[in-house]
Amino acid sequence: MPLRAGRRKKAEAALASAAKPGIFWVPEMNALVVKDLHVTIAGQEIVRGLSLVVPRGEVHAIMGPNGSGKSTLAKVMAGHPDYEITAGKIAMDDQDLLELEPDERARLGLFLAFQYPSEVPGVTIANFLRAAVQARLPDGEELEATDFYARLYEKMELLGMDRSFTSRAVNEGFSGGEKKRTEILQLAMLEPKYAVLDETDSGLDIDALKTVAHGVNSLRGPDIGILLITHYQRILNYIVPDHVHVMVQGRIVRSGGKELALELEERGYDWARDGAAEPAFTR
Amino acid sequence: MKTNTKAVDINRGIGDFAYPERHVRDAGIGLSEKTVHYISDVKEDPDWVREFRLRGLKTFLEKPLPTHWASKDLEAIDFDKIRYYLAPGTAPSRSWDEVPEDIKRTFERLGIPEQERKFLAGVEAQFDSEAVYSNIKKAVGEQGVIFVGSTEGLKNHPEIFRKWFGKVIPIGDNKFSALNSAVFSGGSFIYVPPGVKVKHPLQAYFRINAENFGQFERTLIIADEGSEVTYMEGCTAPKFITVQNWSSNVFNLVTKRGLAHEDAEVKWIDCNIGSRLTMKYPGVIMKGRKARGEVFSIALANDGQHQDTGAKMIHAADETTSNIISKSISIGKGRATYRGLVHVPKHLKHCKNNTECDALLINSTSRTDTYPAITVRGTGNAVQHEASVSQVSSEQIFYMQQRGLTEAQAMSLSVNGFVNDLVRQFPMEYSVELKRLIELEMEGSVG
Ligand SMILES: Nc1ncnc2c1ncn2[C@@H]1O[C@H](COP(=O)(O)OP(=O)(O)OP(=O)(O)O)[C@@H](O)[C@H]1O
Ligand SMILES: [Mg+2]
Repeated sequence: MPLRAGRRKKAEAALASAAKPGIFWVPEMNALVVKDLHVTIAGQEIVRGLSLVVPRGEVHAIMGPNGSGKSTLAKVMAGHPDYEITAGKIAMDDQDLLELEPDERARLGLFLAFQYPSEVPGVTIANFLRAAVQARLPDGEELEATDFYARLYEKMELLGMDRSFTSRAVNEGFSGGEKKRTEILQLAMLEPKYAVLDETDSGLDIDALKTVAHGVNSLRGPDIGILLITHYQRILNYIVPDHVHVMVQGRIVRSGGKELALELEERGYDWARDGAAEPAFTR
Repeated sequence: MKTNTKAVDINRGIGDFAYPERHVRDAGIGLSEKTVHYISDVKEDPDWVREFRLRGLKTFLEKPLPTHWASKDLEAIDFDKIRYYLAPGTAPSRSWDEVPEDIKRTFERLGIPEQERKFLAGVEAQFDSEAVYSNIKKAVGEQGVIFVGSTEGLKNHPEIFRKWFGKVIPIGDNKFSALNSAVFSGGSFIYVPPGVKVKHPLQAYFRINAENFGQFERTLIIADEGSEVTYMEGCTAPKFITVQNWSSNVFNLVTKRGLAHEDAEVKWIDCNIGSRLTMKYPGVIMKGRKARGEVFSIALANDGQHQDTGAKMIHAADETTSNIISKSISIGKGRATYRGLVHVPKHLKHCKNNTECDALLINSTSRTDTYPAITVRGTGNAVQHEASVSQVSSEQIFYMQQRGLTEAQAMSLSVNGFVNDLVRQFPMEYSVELKRLIELEMEGSVG
């Protein structure tokens, strides 16, 4: 993706200073990196010094109580314009994301499955995805329609979606579960390098949960890093994470292996918070 | 509105796209009996047309501005500064190199062939205030359909033309129809014989180039018994639209009406993009039993523009049916107004009207107003009216950007989604073109 000259300079400068110990982060060639992030909205600090590294090829889960700032973190990564970043860094494969527009981040390979996906009235899923796939092609290259539909139908089958969905307007009148499935369909079609799934399991019935988990698992591999935000240990039985982080009041207070989710379910968030004298930082 | 005065300022800011005017026939600035005689002389009007024009002028001067329903913007029009008639020049008088780069790019984006681009840019011969018709004219001619410019219509088909001219749109309809009666030139005249169903939409291309020049077309459509016709405007006339885009000082005030006899159908498809102020309300008079009238209109009001559009449906016989679907989009400080008139008098039975008007606001500064005037009297008549206003939310744009679309792409896709169910009913090639036009319009308005 071509960078504007000014931005490239900034990115280079950031990398140069990153090489000096103690300043910024240690470069992570193949990882989504959040370092000491502080985010404010409406005069309130929501994310309060959060650090996280999700390497490609791994699945990390974030669990945390309502209002702890999980969705805020996800949206800030994707470049939502409403939030103010007062300190910290977000980078993807050593590319500083904070300088980029949401669509630039997306085309570089960042995907966010929304907790509350927007409706796009009148725009069919097929047309929306065509535009999104087309936006990733180099200038002058046209999307091959037949290939596109073949791939689309294949992914829909994987996710147990009826083909008639392609001609429905994006999320318009969709049930909660249908919306979540549509998010994963888009994930499957766009093949990002990093995907943040914000409560994709919420609102899914048990069969849908298995289907969606199967869809996500089929995308798992060395080329994608996944950050899974959830309230429920249950989905982690299907999508088994490499690491689990507990987020409370805008910070990661505990990190561990997949067994941390079970322990958390047993002991609750107070335990997680109390146990962490200092904010934990993995890797 | 402060910027209004700019509309009639002859010397607009530097960078505006306007060529030096070299018209062979030019009625000069301002309006008087002399102007009207001049136009009649040039057009070699028959006496009855000349008289018609003079009556129009008289009514125009007497009538006040229609302030109760029209825009404040109208007060900005200085009728003494307008050129009321310009006829085609003969010799091309400028070179392609003089055409500004962005206009050339617009032509390219619209996929207009090289040769045509030159014509459009005024490098080739110009066609101000004369309608240029596509060759569909020839094809429908074989069915007995008359599809000509209104000047040609009144010359070559006086028997039909005279019978209806001025009856469908009376001089005194409003101040602007009176003005139009006085100085009209251009516009279409369509006559569809009994039982003939015209499959392809008829369309006309218009061109406005001269500055400070209102286009005074007069379009009249007569659908005889059991016939069907669709008239389409703006949606696929890059010439019209491109020119409108160049000249944000163009006032587009036109009077258009169709007359449907027994069991006949008149459909208008009307797209208004560009132009500083458009006031256009295509109408259908359903004169025969079971006649049908339909208006589909799409209006896009960008920054500094006001699209005041809608439809008039006059039910004048039993069992007549009318349908109005209007979609407007306002961008930036653009303003879209829907004005609809549906009239069903008391003595009629089993008439139906359906009106749907949807407005989409792109920015918080965008504006829309709806003024439906539905007068339905008598029993056994049914009307249905639905109106909606929606806004493209910033969350929706963020969502679309997260999928890799630029802000402009997200906007134009949203706008396309908004008009989609209506455009789907247009012939394929028009919808493709309309999509491109919307994209172009959005590109310029974002970022
Ligand atoms: N636009 C906003 N304006 C004001 N406050 C906001 C805004 N967005 C988020 N907040 C506040 O920030 C806090 C964190 O919200 P966030 O949605 O990130 O929580 P969450 O961890 O995702 O919660 P949940 O588990 O319920 O989804 C909440 O207190 C919320 O009210
Ligand atoms: Mg949330």
